[in-house]
Amino acid sequence: MVDFTLWDIVRNLLLAARWTVVLSLIAFVGGGLVGAALLVLRLWGGRRSHAFVAGYVQLFQGTPLLMQLFLAYFGIALFGIQTSPWFAAALALTLYTSAFLTEIWRGCVASIPRGQWEAAVSLALDFLEQLRYVILPQATRIAVPPTVGFLVQVIKGTALASVIGFVELTKAGTMITNATFRPFTVYACVALMYFVLCFPISAWARSLERKLHARR
Amino acid sequence: MPVVEIRGLRKRFGSNEVLKGIDLDVEPGEVIAIIGKSGSGKSTLLRCINGLETFDEGSLTVDGKPLLHDDRAAMRALRQRVGMIFQSFNLFPHLTVGGNVMLAPELVKKRGQPAGAQQARLLLARVGLAEKFDAWPDQLSGGQQQRVAIARSLAMEPAVMLCDEITSALDPELVGEVLRVVEGLAKDGMTLLMVTHEMNFARKVASRVVFMHAGKIHEMAPPDELFGAPKTPELRQFLSALHN
Amino acid sequence: MTFDFGAVLAQWPLLLRGALVTIGLTAVSALVGGAVGVACAWARSEGPGWLRWIVGTYVELVRNTPFIVQLFFIFFGLPILGVRLSPTFASILAMVVNLGAYATEIVRAGLMATPRGQIEAAESLALNRWHIYTRVVLPPALRKVWPSLTSQIVIVMLGSAVCGQISTEDLSFAANLIQSRNFRAFEAYLIATAIYLGLAIGLRRVLNWAGPRFLFGRL
Ligand SMILES: Nc1ncnc2c1ncn2[C@@H]1O[C@H](COP(=O)(O)OP(=O)(O)OP(=O)(O)O)[C@@H](O)[C@H]1O
Ligand SMILES: [Mg+2]
Repeated sequence: MVDFTLWDIVRNLLLAARWTVVLSLIAFVGGGLVGAALLVLRLWGGRRSHAFVAGYVQLFQGTPLLMQLFLAYFGIALFGIQTSPWFAAALALTLYTSAFLTEIWRGCVASIPRGQWEAAVSLALDFLEQLRYVILPQATRIAVPPTVGFLVQVIKGTALASVIGFVELTKAGTMITNATFRPFTVYACVALMYFVLCFPISAWARSLERKLHARR
Repeated sequence: MPVVEIRGLRKRFGSNEVLKGIDLDVEPGEVIAIIGKSGSGKSTLLRCINGLETFDEGSLTVDGKPLLHDDRAAMRALRQRVGMIFQSFNLFPHLTVGGNVMLAPELVKKRGQPAGAQQARLLLARVGLAEKFDAWPDQLSGGQQQRVAIARSLAMEPAVMLCDEITSALDPELVGEVLRVVEGLAKDGMTLLMVTHEMNFARKVASRVVFMHAGKIHEMAPPDELFGAPKTPELRQFLSALHN
Repeated sequence: MTFDFGAVLAQWPLLLRGALVTIGLTAVSALVGGAVGVACAWARSEGPGWLRWIVGTYVELVRNTPFIVQLFFIFFGLPILGVRLSPTFASILAMVVNLGAYATEIVRAGLMATPRGQIEAAESLALNRWHIYTRVVLPPALRKVWPSLTSQIVIVMLGSAVCGQISTEDLSFAANLIQSRNFRAFEAYLIATAIYLGLAIGLRRVLNWAGPRFLFGRL
């Protein structure tokens, strides 16, 4: 057994936490792009694309993220592609994030009064112009706080990527525990690091929310 | 040739038939006041004219062109000819007053910056709000917001303006300033179809008054005739209810 | 690409047992976690300053760390302090702790919505604090936040899939076991996922039905 000082533990965890951050950003940005595309599809498309997006959201919100990760991991292999935990985790988390973000944003768009659409229609704007110049600028304002808040869920979600072998903060914690037999200290440190990562974002989301309500 | 020509227009919401065969011709420069009980289909009729609602039967032409719901380009052309003012103003809260007025000309008519701003200032002056160009909608009173909405609609240079109870959401002391603007438009020869509860205004400004009842045009006549000698018991009852 | 769902479905007794364990874990932690939430919500809005601070810290700690880390800390970390926990018990404890924190915030939001006048009316009827809280303040608050609470319970149920990682014999554990026997990993997880989806939809229905009947009276 190697002698690990507390600093060794923290240092190794910090190094691994980089990958938590990277994976979170990939999922958040990728999920945002896919989510935006789904939003436009849902608003613009006909009955069928509406049902498709609703089903997509239901599927990702109604099943465990862990199972989604497993399915991505083993599903990619089915296509004869060499899987890596990296790719599977990025894919699964991106899809997962897109489902939640598209639903959050749809709610924001739905909260814009119908009169705004009607006024834009009456001024002869076409659908994309209505969306881009009238609805989205207003919806974006109310969408920012919950979107920032969801980033916390994404960061926490990346912890599950450890189960398919992606070495991020949680997986590093498990590995260090196996080497040091100090699970209490190690997992406490891991939890603390997630907290340090997430809490400021949660607090930021809350203050954005408050400001939004104050301006009304 | 009439600007708006409506023939046998029928509209259902599910099994509820709201418009039961409307025939109406509106000549250029006419001011049509539409009155009637709540639920008689006044709003629905106006909303059919600019395609906010689809209709089930009949035909509707604006400038001689039939309204085709599935033809995007035709609808866009139609809406440039038909402006609409709403009871709840519906100004865009994220744009300044000037921004509200300039948005549609810029996007739809591809009008550039200086020309668009110049036109917006002229229109705002016309509704008495020249100094509010840079103000935000939530800094204005209801009456001012409604006048901006009128200017915004005028910026598209419509041939017809539809007004749906545009003073109903206003405090009584603000009604006058909006009605004066509308009266000015009428004097300048704008074709207007307005749903209104302001009978005195209808009497003074309208060239014809339409009384809607149960989804039909129940009576239609110049204001003196319609208010002075109502022919049907329904209209008489409606008018006497107003006085009490 | 060939699929063999038959090989997985042949193990249906394992899947059924796993699903029942998942349901059991969820039921217990929903009840206890819900109670924790109600108690902490009261503590946070009515309790003394130090208690509010403790509850606030608990809520923030839980909401800003992943469930899997909470679970590992409880299962692997606590035994060092002399607390031995079975996987099942550790899972329930982690789920209760997790749901309790979210439920605290949800119920608290509902409490703030109870009109002051109702509390004053109850006070003028000489009800004591316990009765005011449980009979006057809580029922409308729960009714108001029931949809959020329902969603959170579903989220906790779905999150419990990681409990298989400490060999709690839940549905995810059954899927792991099946795929380790027949190497049909994709099929095993797909079927387990479908069962989770069914459980989520069913759980939502049950909670929507049960709330008005047993918790806060008919609307
Ligand atoms: N989107 C809709 N879906 C279903 N029914 C509708 C819809 N819009 C209007 N209706 C119904 O159509 C009927 C006529 O409505 P409309 O708004 O045209 O009446 P109105 O004459 O403008 O009344 P008011 O004076 O109250 O504005 C009403 O019975 C109304 O309930
Ligand atoms: Mg109306």
